[in-house]
Amino acid sequence: MKVTELIYLTGYQLKEKLLSRGLTAQEVVEGLFAHLDEVEPIVRAYLLLDREGAMRKAREMDARLKKGEGLGLLGGIPIAVKDNMCTSGLKTTCASRILENFIPPYDAHVVERLKEADAIIIGKTNLDEFAMGSSTENSAFKLTRNPWDPKRIPGGSSGGSAAAVSAGTALMALGSDTGGSVRQPAALCGVTGLKPTYGRVSRYGLVAFGSSLDQIGPITRDVRDAALLLQVIAGRDLKDSTSSDIPVPDYLKEIEKPVKGLRLGLPREYFMEGLNEEVRRAVEEAVKVYKKLGMAIHEISLPHTPYAVAVYYIIATAEASSNLARYDGVRYGYRAANTQNIIEMYSRSRVEGFGREVKRRIMLGTYALSSGYYEAYYLKASKVRNLIGQDFSSAFESVDFILCPTSPTPAFKLGERLANPLEMYLSDVYTIPANLAGIPAISIPCGFTRENLPIGLQLMARPFEEAGLLQVARAYERETEWHLRRPEL
Amino acid sequence: MQYETVIGLETHAELLTETKLFCGCLNRFGAPPNTLVCPVCLGLPGVLPVMNKKGFEMALKATLALHCRVNQFTTFDRKNYYYPDLPKNYQISQNYLNLGVDGYLEIKYDGQEKRIRVHNVHLEEEAGKLIHTEEPGADYSLVDFNRAGVPLLEIVTYPDMRSLEEAEAYMNTLRNVLLYTEVSDCKMQEGSLRFEASISLRPTGQEKLGNRVEIKNLNSMKAVLKALEYETGRQRESLEGGGVVAMETRLWDELRERTERMRTKEEAHDYRYFPEPDLAPVVIKDQWLEELSATLPELPLARRNRFVTELGLSDYDAGVLAEDKAVADYFERCVSHYESPKVVCNWVTNDVLRELKERRLEIKDFPVGPEMLVELIKLVETGAVSMPVARGVFVEMVDTKKKAPQLVQERGLLQISDSAELEGIIQAILTENPNALTDYKKGKKTAFTFLVGQIMRKTKGKANPQMVNELLKQKLEAS
Ligand SMILES: [Zn+2]
Repeated sequence: MKVTELIYLTGYQLKEKLLSRGLTAQEVVEGLFAHLDEVEPIVRAYLLLDREGAMRKAREMDARLKKGEGLGLLGGIPIAVKDNMCTSGLKTTCASRILENFIPPYDAHVVERLKEADAIIIGKTNLDEFAMGSSTENSAFKLTRNPWDPKRIPGGSSGGSAAAVSAGTALMALGSDTGGSVRQPAALCGVTGLKPTYGRVSRYGLVAFGSSLDQIGPITRDVRDAALLLQVIAGRDLKDSTSSDIPVPDYLKEIEKPVKGLRLGLPREYFMEGLNEEVRRAVEEAVKVYKKLGMAIHEISLPHTPYAVAVYYIIATAEASSNLARYDGVRYGYRAANTQNIIEMYSRSRVEGFGREVKRRIMLGTYALSSGYYEAYYLKASKVRNLIGQDFSSAFESVDFILCPTSPTPAFKLGERLANPLEMYLSDVYTIPANLAGIPAISIPCGFTRENLPIGLQLMARPFEEAGLLQVARAYERETEWHLRRPEL
Repeated sequence: MQYETVIGLETHAELLTETKLFCGCLNRFGAPPNTLVCPVCLGLPGVLPVMNKKGFEMALKATLALHCRVNQFTTFDRKNYYYPDLPKNYQISQNYLNLGVDGYLEIKYDGQEKRIRVHNVHLEEEAGKLIHTEEPGADYSLVDFNRAGVPLLEIVTYPDMRSLEEAEAYMNTLRNVLLYTEVSDCKMQEGSLRFEASISLRPTGQEKLGNRVEIKNLNSMKAVLKALEYETGRQRESLEGGGVVAMETRLWDELRERTERMRTKEEAHDYRYFPEPDLAPVVIKDQWLEELSATLPELPLARRNRFVTELGLSDYDAGVLAEDKAVADYFERCVSHYESPKVVCNWVTNDVLRELKERRLEIKDFPVGPEMLVELIKLVETGAVSMPVARGVFVEMVDTKKKAPQLVQERGLLQISDSAELEGIIQAILTENPNALTDYKKGKKTAFTFLVGQIMRKTKGKANPQMVNELLKQKLEAS
């Protein structure tokens, strides 16, 4: 099998090929790295490649196949991991100078699950420093390019993971989503990205940004792969008290069910000013597909939507200001040289170790929690967050799923929004509410602009309704071919 | 002008759990530095806390013992501040919905009982420990994180104490309650019990409280009392001189025995408390509370009062016995085998406590168990051995772990209660001391005591004292 064919496979398809012995895992990994060596200099999705580890795992898979043994759920599938998830013995930097040489002595829970499921971990992907950003431009180490147009950003903060899956340098990837960081880059790179319900996937070993919002999710080439990867990472973990013990269903079985009769809501607040016309048209076309499939379409209202971005930037930054306090140069990570006392060591290590956006958010969050402002900012934001959650629960009384765009615009140009943080923050206006409400949401490809840039469609569901969410996404995917398009590199 | 002292206390007690509050590391004192640590208690990136149920339950038990209203929906908060011994640079604590609120501790001082109100009881994690190297010119300090994450209970009172003596009674009683409920070992020298005090003065009779000063770095009860005494003097002097006491935090300097300004009210930390997103709120069901309440032991003051009313001990003796739960348990086990509590009390408060102190033993390691002590007491009661001999036997029992009857037999210490034998001894002593006899006849009473002493000496204390008295008197009158 040729490399060019390999990169069009989904993980699910690849595993079938391995099991039917049409291909060896070593061929897959060698082929993938050969392709990667060609395109990675353009895309620049990875911060670290583990060629040796990947080849070792591939040999192990082949040996097991040879003996006629079975493989785990992700047996032999090359996977990329966002570099804010701890990998034992492999650097985990969060794309920050402050953790530039940090090697965790433990695996994140999801990484443990990947290994148990026989995935082949290719490497660690680029991100906005500490997952703070929407373009991956806040990485301290490199700029990742959108495989559809290398002059454009891949989205963020899981830009490296989305770009790798899109460019064929990984068949699947893990991202993390605090305000849209899985879904928005998935949309901008033309791949599938799922943010599960808060508590569905353990956060143990995910370097915390906004702890009450963070959730790890799959970035894949189609919905079936998202279901497969979620199957592996979902479930209760005793090391994360916020992980849920609600049973994990058999997603692969659930997603093939018909969607006829299900009710779909279109929130009018998501189709207002600021929405790119081409994106609007693509999403409206998607609605027609669902109508054809027999779903009932309703217009709904989520009245507190206009407050979501403001609420998010208070809660996420407040939590971040505390979560990032541990990077102080005392025990690990970057320490400034030649400081005179502990205060100077703290402040210079942090001034030199963190990038601009991270420092901006730490200051915002510190301010929002300060005595005299706590009630006006953090507490008020928490109350509005509850109202946003109530918007969704009442909406889900009359509809089963909500449909809207993932991102108001397609991928923008590198550097275009760097000077204006507010404009950058608005990239996540449609994705943030799901994090605030803790509900699951998915982005799937639903078209292309005239400039051949991918457009994402977002679907949201009730808490722990990932099965239904994937089912509805899968129904659309079966009717369309957007997800089969690949960038030319 | 007369001033009234107003004191409040904050107590930190490390809980006696097997493992730390949020990870599986052992909770032990004295291990080599940084050997009881893991990614969680070191605050590495990406780790999450998981609540130790035992630790939570111990905190709850203490909360109940302090008669608090339990918040049955209780949450944890982050207290943010930078310090090198604090791995995450925030401490997981409680601020908005504390485990317990509005309780009290009953103290007894100078025969008076008084309730000291408890403002709140909350659970938090301990920090690590800075070790400042002695190396001359060193530009670094070391940190030991063994202690980081150990469960810590904080108990905050209202400013209800009016004297040093009340503060002392409060600290002692609180310590006893924590020991009685078995939630802390309260070893001050290991730092498992620590205090912070707040103190203000106001003219006697005035309602409004004076400006309050908080005192930190109090590593023993003695330090608390010394610091409060110093601070009372300092504030009184300032007020009498027409000055104003500044609202501030002061540090106790153990060496110089004085307090020094640490920070003013304006410089106070802003801890930026907010709800800890990594821990779910804990919902405490009624059933759990009921089950825990049922396991609460009788508390020290109640026990002390029972010793007085039911066993007829003096309040002082009852206080001495009830102070240490293990000692009180020992005493009660003796009493269950012997009907006279007063006799047992004398033995325990004098002999047992003395040997414990001299040998630096804890009662659980004491070689003479309650049954063994009672056996000895019974030998005295039946007249088999005299009291002075029994005291000596007791010490030997502690040394040898042997039982009283065995020792008495081995050493031939049985009391001489045979009148013929005693009469022979008395006769011999009288023959040896003719002067004493003459003195007695002249009316010198001391001669009698002298002769008894000689008889006891000759019999190595084994002579039955009552019989010696009677027989000697008969003999002297007759001669
Ligand atoms: Zn630990």
